[in-house]
Amino acid sequence: MNDTTHTPDPHRPPEVPTREMEALISRRRFLTRVSLGLAGISAAIIGVPATAFVLAPLLHKVADTWRTVGRKDDFVLGETVSVVFEDPSPLPWAGVTARAAAWLRRVSDDEFIAFSATCTHLGCPVRWMPGANLFLCPCHGGVYYGDGSVAAGPPPHPLFRYDVRVVDDDVQIKATALPITTSL
Amino acid sequence: MKRWSVAVWRWLDDRLGLVDLFGPSLKHLVPRDATWWYVFGSATLVAFIIQVVTGVALAFSYVPSSAQAFDTLVFISEEAPFGAFMRGLHYYGASAMVLMVGAHMAQTFLFGAYKFPREMTWSTGALLLLFTLIMGFTGQLLRWDQTAAWSVVVAAQQAGRVPLIGGWLAQFILGGTTLGGATLSRFFAIHVFVIPGIMFAFIGLHLWLVLRHGISDPPKPGKPVNPATYRQEYNEELKRTGVPFWPDGAWRDFVFGTTMVLAIVMAAIVWGPPPIEKPPDPSILEADPRPDWYLLWYFAVLAMIPERLEGVVMILGPVLIGFVILLAPIIGHKGERHWTKRPWSIGVVTMVVVMIATLWIAGARAPWSPNFEAEPLPAGIVKSDNRLVVEGARLFHERACLNCHLISGYGGRRGPDLTFVGDRLTEMDMIIRIVNGGGNMPAYGNTLRPDEVDALVAFMKTRRRAEALAPAK
Repeated sequence: MNDTTHTPDPHRPPEVPTREMEALISRRRFLTRVSLGLAGISAAIIGVPATAFVLAPLLHKVADTWRTVGRKDDFVLGETVSVVFEDPSPLPWAGVTARAAAWLRRVSDDEFIAFSATCTHLGCPVRWMPGANLFLCPCHGGVYYGDGSVAAGPPPHPLFRYDVRVVDDDVQIKATALPITTSL
Repeated sequence: MKRWSVAVWRWLDDRLGLVDLFGPSLKHLVPRDATWWYVFGSATLVAFIIQVVTGVALAFSYVPSSAQAFDTLVFISEEAPFGAFMRGLHYYGASAMVLMVGAHMAQTFLFGAYKFPREMTWSTGALLLLFTLIMGFTGQLLRWDQTAAWSVVVAAQQAGRVPLIGGWLAQFILGGTTLGGATLSRFFAIHVFVIPGIMFAFIGLHLWLVLRHGISDPPKPGKPVNPATYRQEYNEELKRTGVPFWPDGAWRDFVFGTTMVLAIVMAAIVWGPPPIEKPPDPSILEADPRPDWYLLWYFAVLAMIPERLEGVVMILGPVLIGFVILLAPIIGHKGERHWTKRPWSIGVVTMVVVMIATLWIAGARAPWSPNFEAEPLPAGIVKSDNRLVVEGARLFHERACLNCHLISGYGGRRGPDLTFVGDRLTEMDMIIRIVNGGGNMPAYGNTLRPDEVDALVAFMKTRRRAEALAPAK
């Protein structure tokens, strides 16, 4: 601090570097590395767990869960109706966002089909038009036939189907992840 | 009194050094003829400040919880004093910011201001445009109603198309495998902390670059940028004819900025904030999600790109556009600046404006979306006592033909207008089209009974210009 006269002008090194000078330069190089290294360690100690915390949902595996959506005889043969069920393992503060819907059709006494309500194009909720036997998407013009296959518009895939089972006359849908189209 | 306040100020400034810190920046010389074309950048900053102030105010009452945000929004809009006004200011402030960024960018592009030595001023500005759009999108999501919830799903689906990591990205956006408790808090953190923090840093850098390289002099035809001599010529011209930014240059920024503030206030009072729609319940399937106006053109892009090119346009398109914008000044860093010597620059700006405007109109009309509100055709339109024709008109509504086809102004615009279809198609054409479908028309062969097809065709055959002009029976 007080002996600034010993600090040489870094822009003008003397023609013949003294031993003292060399020691000083080497000391400074060392201090630079130590400081940057310590900063890097601190950043990593805080940054890595923070990043991991933010990315945690990617690693979280959610087990599929069977959800009861009604009694078998609530559903008329051949009719397609929307049913509401809860997501697999919803967070306690999810409120109404924990709900999901599917289009459920009773095709025979014990057999049901459940279509995901999200369009395979970009995920908007499709609506069933009973008179036309079609699912219509409100966003970009996707249309599906009654069996979920694409009838018109941009959807790249048929509607996703949930697994359905009947247990003791309860109709159950296997609640899974939101179907995401990952093909280009 | 005056002496006393001057003494206090002198003491404060001696200890704080504010004049030393900001004085040179305020008094720096700017080109004398940099006038009204140069106000859009500062107006963008003013809009950003409005967003910070109103955003912080809204955060005092908004609860970023997937379950409760909707209720707090209703409270802010309907009960909190000045709540609707704050939301209105935040919404129209965002709109103004998007518009001003666009105007600022068009002006600097047309003036060739992105050329040497201001390449990085342009590139940092381009990134600020990206952050502004991210703020616009995430901001719409914080308006946590039905449209917001489905917009998250649409965003996740788009991210899902990214090769290799798409599934992960989608999960990152949703905050899990479905919409839920984690979704909104993540967007809140991004909208309120992450992006604004980055924006503060980039605005600081952008302003520093404006000071470092100076405000670009208005271009003159036949005076190209030569990197070897530009700086010297610019500085000499400034010394000769420049004026201090404060107040000779700045007063226009204050006049324009204040006008913009008043316009935002007027819009917030007259039109009010965007309405809060149905709750964000993904099991309510009567939904019609639309982006806010500044992304409505992109909504049209998503509907109109050919299916085979979809992935390329959705993923590669934005990446390519981003690269071109970022690298434009590196590629064309010297030469003529004046737009009359760069006619293609006028072409580019005109093309972008026309493209966005037409896509915007298409997005607002969304003719590709069925009309779910189609009502049965009134007798005055059917204009027939014939039992079969009346039955056909009824079926036309019941079988959802009317959701996609227009009859005398009733119905949807997804398919062709069938008001005068009887003049265009024969009975056989109609039957083939209805039963087999074609193009975007679904095949109805498995849905309709033969007598229903007969009734529909009987009705469609009466859709003729001559019949439409005849008085109602």
